[in-house]
Amino acid sequence: MSGELTVVRATTASRLGAVAGVAALTALATVPFWASAGDMRLLVEALTLLALAQMWNLLAGYAGLVSIGQQAFVGIGAYGLYYFGDKVGVHPFLAAGLAGLAAAALAIPTAGLAFRLRGGYFAIGTWVIAEVYHLLAVNTSYLGGGSGVTVGSAAALERGTREDGTYWLALAAGAGAVILVYAVLRSRLGLALTAIRDNEEAAESLGVDLVRAKLVVYVLAGLGCGLAGAVIYLNLLRIQPDAAFTVNWTAYMIFIVVIGGIGTIEGPIVGTAVFFVLRELLSGYGTWYLVALGGVAVVVMLAAPGGLWSLVQRRFDLRLFPVQRRLRLPPAPEREANP
Amino acid sequence: MEWVNAVVQGILLGGLYALFATGLSLVFGVMRLVNLAHGDLSILAAFLLVAIVDATGLDPWIGLALVVPALFVIGYVLQYGLLNRTLAGGELAPLLVTFGLSIILQNVLLEVFTADSRGLDAGSIETSSIRISDQISIGWFPLVTFIVSIVLLSVLQLALSRTRTGRALRATADDPRTAQLQGIDNRRIYALAMGIALATVALAGVFLGMRTTFGPAIGPARLIFAFEAVIIGGLGSLWGTLVGGIVLGVAQTVGAQISPGWGVLTGHLVFLAVLATRPTGLFSRQVRQ
Repeated sequence: MSGELTVVRATTASRLGAVAGVAALTALATVPFWASAGDMRLLVEALTLLALAQMWNLLAGYAGLVSIGQQAFVGIGAYGLYYFGDKVGVHPFLAAGLAGLAAAALAIPTAGLAFRLRGGYFAIGTWVIAEVYHLLAVNTSYLGGGSGVTVGSAAALERGTREDGTYWLALAAGAGAVILVYAVLRSRLGLALTAIRDNEEAAESLGVDLVRAKLVVYVLAGLGCGLAGAVIYLNLLRIQPDAAFTVNWTAYMIFIVVIGGIGTIEGPIVGTAVFFVLRELLSGYGTWYLVALGGVAVVVMLAAPGGLWSLVQRRFDLRLFPVQRRLRLPPAPEREANP
Repeated sequence: MEWVNAVVQGILLGGLYALFATGLSLVFGVMRLVNLAHGDLSILAAFLLVAIVDATGLDPWIGLALVVPALFVIGYVLQYGLLNRTLAGGELAPLLVTFGLSIILQNVLLEVFTADSRGLDAGSIETSSIRISDQISIGWFPLVTFIVSIVLLSVLQLALSRTRTGRALRATADDPRTAQLQGIDNRRIYALAMGIALATVALAGVFLGMRTTFGPAIGPARLIFAFEAVIIGGLGSLWGTLVGGIVLGVAQTVGAQISPGWGVLTGHLVFLAVLATRPTGLFSRQVRQ
């Protein structure tokens, strides 16, 4: 019987989606050759936010780790860029990559403390640790103290080079985050995460190493958020500790993921689009766009917990990034012959 | 001697943190809900009182008698109308909804009251103090705050152990389904718990506003201090929150004594040290999942 079942991992939509994805990626890669500097800055922002949101989606949507402290890694990425670029003296583009690795390294001791807490208290615990990193930056005069620093090495680059390089790094972060989450979910770790999400105790009894799976995800998310943070500050150039470590980074991630659809790869892409539309619509009204985003997120959470993408999925069964394994039964007559 | 003074001031500051922590602990104990808007609601209470005082010229101490019941009603309605719906699923929904509320509250307060620092005038009690020695003097206001926190904890403890409603609260906390079988309406119990929690939060916010200036953005820090007090003291222990608050307060004032920028950071580090060595807190009676 089992031999006649086939495991289906791709759909027509996903094959078409892959083609469209490659086409979109190619088009996005050529942006520096034709777009204005202003449009490029906006795209850098969108791609880095997508990377951040995708990382939070991996944490909360798949590993059950509701972190409110991901701003820690954005800030570490920012200061890592400054440290490796200005203090060590490597090229700023390379420094951005090293900053991501530094964030991943710091994610390990952070997890050591935060993983002692569960659920809601894990959420606030990660927030406290982010505050510790924030206050350490504020109190370290080597890193500019409370007034912050300018990333001199990046500012010294020729303007066109910096803008193009920053854009391509942002594209690598955004597209890389999507591909990373997709690859993780299709791997053995992805199966373990799905099992954990459905039932922790049952997963553990089947031999899934809970702590290890969660730690790997947490470190990957640290890497992604650190790299995105470094790229954001390649774009902004001026690092202020209060802004680099603000909880608003995590608020953006959460709102984007919740509105778009938590636990789907398409969701954060949809959510990022909604984020920018709302922000541009309300651009003349101060921080009301954050109030609107929060309001939409709360309503979505209560009315359609799967987010906007789940509404699409329910209606059209559309899966652009299929991570599930579907069993296809053999045709009916065969089954009757072989009960 | 200045170190002794730092410790004394820290103990008194702990009373304020206990005021912040009590509601967080109560709500978590009764319905396993972590309210991420806890700190922002206390700042809402303080701004509400500012608005009342500005509009009517009322004495803040009398205005307090309006704000505390107002926050009780807000809490009751918030829980009954909104948060109860989030409790059915996993832990994700309540966290995200309260986090959304936190961001909404912060930004609405920012737009309505601007980013300017505001304060509440408590009268002459703010500046008068009892002199113990040349270096040590105890301010009347911090002392009153401390006493209020002890009275509040005592009243809550008594109400929880002696009254019919208190028994219903404890029964629901222990086992909501069995409590329901005994005819207890969980939704109302949860709403009541949130109402009580926000009434204590109103007290905390107003005392904070009388003690120091405040702005719309400081809510999250209040949530974090409350949370640290709860974890240091030990989950599920009402008096533990007072001990946790005192430990946190002393860590902050002693840290600030070492270097002015290190107060809050020292508090966080002490919290992390407790988390690393005694994850269930100093006074937890039981380990709860």
